[in-house]
Amino acid sequence: MSELQRNTPASRVAGWVTDNLVTVIFLAFTLIGFAVSNMSFSWFLGELTGRIYRNGFLVLSLIIPVIAGLGLNFGIVVGAMAGQIAIVFIRYYNIGGTGGILLAALLATPLAILFGWATGKLYNKTRGQEMIASLIVGYFANGLYQFLFLFAVGVIVKVPSDHPLIKPDGIGVRSTVDLGMAKDGGLKYSLDYIWRVDFLTGVIVIAAAILALQLFRLLRKNAREKAAGKGVAILNIVLSAAVIAVAVYSRIARNSLTTVAKVPVVTVLLIAGLCVFIELILRTKLGQDFKAVGQSQHISEVSGINVDRTRIIAVIISTVLAAWGQVIFIQNVGTLNTYNAHTQVGMFAVASILVGGASTSKATVKQALVGMVLFNAMFIMSPEVGQAVFGQPLLGEYFRTFMVYGVIGFALGLYVWKSNRRNKLTI
Amino acid sequence: MEEKKLTVNGLVRRIGLPTIIIGLFFAFVLVSAGFLGLSVPTLLSDTVRRAGMNGILVLAMLPSIQSGTGPNFALPIGVECGLFGIVCAIEMGCTGWGWFGVSILLGIAFAIAAGYLYGILLNAVKGSEMTIATYTGFSIVAFMCLIWLTVPFTSPHMGWFIGNGLRETIQLDSLNAAMLLNNLWGFNIGPDFFFPTGMILFFLLFCGIVWLFFRSKHGIAISAVGASNAFANASGLNINRSRILANVLSTILGAIGIVVYSQSYGYAQLYNAPLTMAFAAVAAILIGGATASRAKVSHVIIGVFLFQGLLTSAMPVANRVFAGTDLSEIMRMMIQNGIILYALTQVSKGGKSA
Repeated sequence: MSELQRNTPASRVAGWVTDNLVTVIFLAFTLIGFAVSNMSFSWFLGELTGRIYRNGFLVLSLIIPVIAGLGLNFGIVVGAMAGQIAIVFIRYYNIGGTGGILLAALLATPLAILFGWATGKLYNKTRGQEMIASLIVGYFANGLYQFLFLFAVGVIVKVPSDHPLIKPDGIGVRSTVDLGMAKDGGLKYSLDYIWRVDFLTGVIVIAAAILALQLFRLLRKNAREKAAGKGVAILNIVLSAAVIAVAVYSRIARNSLTTVAKVPVVTVLLIAGLCVFIELILRTKLGQDFKAVGQSQHISEVSGINVDRTRIIAVIISTVLAAWGQVIFIQNVGTLNTYNAHTQVGMFAVASILVGGASTSKATVKQALVGMVLFNAMFIMSPEVGQAVFGQPLLGEYFRTFMVYGVIGFALGLYVWKSNRRNKLTI
Repeated sequence: MEEKKLTVNGLVRRIGLPTIIIGLFFAFVLVSAGFLGLSVPTLLSDTVRRAGMNGILVLAMLPSIQSGTGPNFALPIGVECGLFGIVCAIEMGCTGWGWFGVSILLGIAFAIAAGYLYGILLNAVKGSEMTIATYTGFSIVAFMCLIWLTVPFTSPHMGWFIGNGLRETIQLDSLNAAMLLNNLWGFNIGPDFFFPTGMILFFLLFCGIVWLFFRSKHGIAISAVGASNAFANASGLNINRSRILANVLSTILGAIGIVVYSQSYGYAQLYNAPLTMAFAAVAAILIGGATASRAKVSHVIIGVFLFQGLLTSAMPVANRVFAGTDLSEIMRMMIQNGIILYALTQVSKGGKSA
């Protein structure tokens, strides 16, 4: 990336596009999707935000292992299993409501720490091949998980066969478990429905918060340093102001945007809190260790960082976050697909963060957020486009699967290719 | 190699711990089957059939391992080439042996092209081959789903009764193409044991070809490249070309393998069926004693018999002992993925870690 070629605006744009090719493709797909399908924008926004509340936590759980140099942790599947084991447990004892979901998160934590520690140990033994190991460890753990719920429950631990959670023959947990509504003592929406606000109100509050933050930063920066990053800050301010204006107008005009589903405040706060947590932990000593280990294990070792331990901590944090993320996911869905709900969690989360422009060695909160929006937009759009263009929604669904696998293969391949070329690896 | 007495330790190291464990487990399952009153000859007959069915798919792992790109996790590429060959042969109206020959020839042709492109891809992503191979394989399967759904073939043997696209499973019975190789020179020993001579000979034939190939100039070059890039470079070998050649070969074997598999199974399975085929094949060769960087034909043969034998015979035994559970499927997942993880932990020990 020579500086000479980056002078003219045209070449700068071209450079940005090649650096963010995957993001650009998904952005283009979303725009084309809007053009060809007659989807209503408010319906789309409702679907999109719903999926983000549901998956956001899981996607963010990938960031820390990337920074610690472990690559994309497909093994968050193991964390998701911890979350589901906890959910099954509290459901078995019929504990529901907000207290129930908190208990589930609490129970999932020690399990996830244990699982994270074990997978972390494994990654330390498969150095350089962590990603394929994390993928396979998910499959392997799935065997253990099925052993627990299809065999141990019933054959080793006797359970009453008339329990609604247990299969009629008394062996194993049912493959779909209805969790019941939170207001009837179940788990569905037990976090989401604690406090909900109108969509437009939520938008106004969030945009106002961004506006205030940007203004604060801009003012502080002006005092100390020159106009570095000023353009972006002003753009952000203008954008947030525009969003507020649109939202206020929609409220007054009572247009279709007022029909978008309400915002689950607690869930959004949890996701926002996690973003802040990740930013903060990276400024601590531990966070600096993550970065150092991610840069070079050898130099870190020499400068006195316990590399193996740091890597294991990164995996444990990721696994615990994934467990909580899965608990949030399941309380939103409301039914537990005991043997399917966790299997694709890793893949979807990895695809999301890659779409946002992350790579195996660099991932930020911003990339995770951008990725969530674009990836979920593609997910909602695909069947609609398949229907509109080919008259076959099934085609759109296969296309969606292709995009998920393809984006992972393509983004990883592109990144390795670029870095190999940069290092002039000729062997 | 110094001369030494055959110690237990030495023997374990020579055969490989995973091979011994799985072998003993297989023997244990067979003995328990006998005690439980299950027909051991039937189990052995199934073992031979399943081994012959999967053999060439496992053999496809060998060239890529030898060339240093690791087990071919992108086996679905070869499989899809073979399946496309099968589908084209049916569309042309071929039946019986004609179908078999045309399927294999077309499969090879597609596989050469696809394997070449795949080899170029692998050369671009040196160091992360396994993860990218896995997702390349997955992507191809998903992409071919789109093809199966839209391809304008009209043969009544494979279309849906209504709408476009091909069926999920295509019956080969109606083409006189099921069990072709199995029944060729096949014979019974006793009432329960059938030996599929044709299929086993076909498998051994390809084992022989691969064995011979790795004694030819190109084959030795591939092994040298896989053993040490620096050494191969110093001896003036073209590393990238060897890696491409190995992966073309692997893809071709995948294509032939699925034709053999389908005729024995009696159905050609399209859509998502090839998605996870690579993992079973990787596990089989590793169980046979291969590592992620070295493999021999003997590893293929031993591995496919042990792994497929264990899978086929464990199911009736597990069902008899723990009725109403799916213990054998759980066991498959743990053995298959456990052995791959074990092999991954050995990768950095053998070579240098980055």
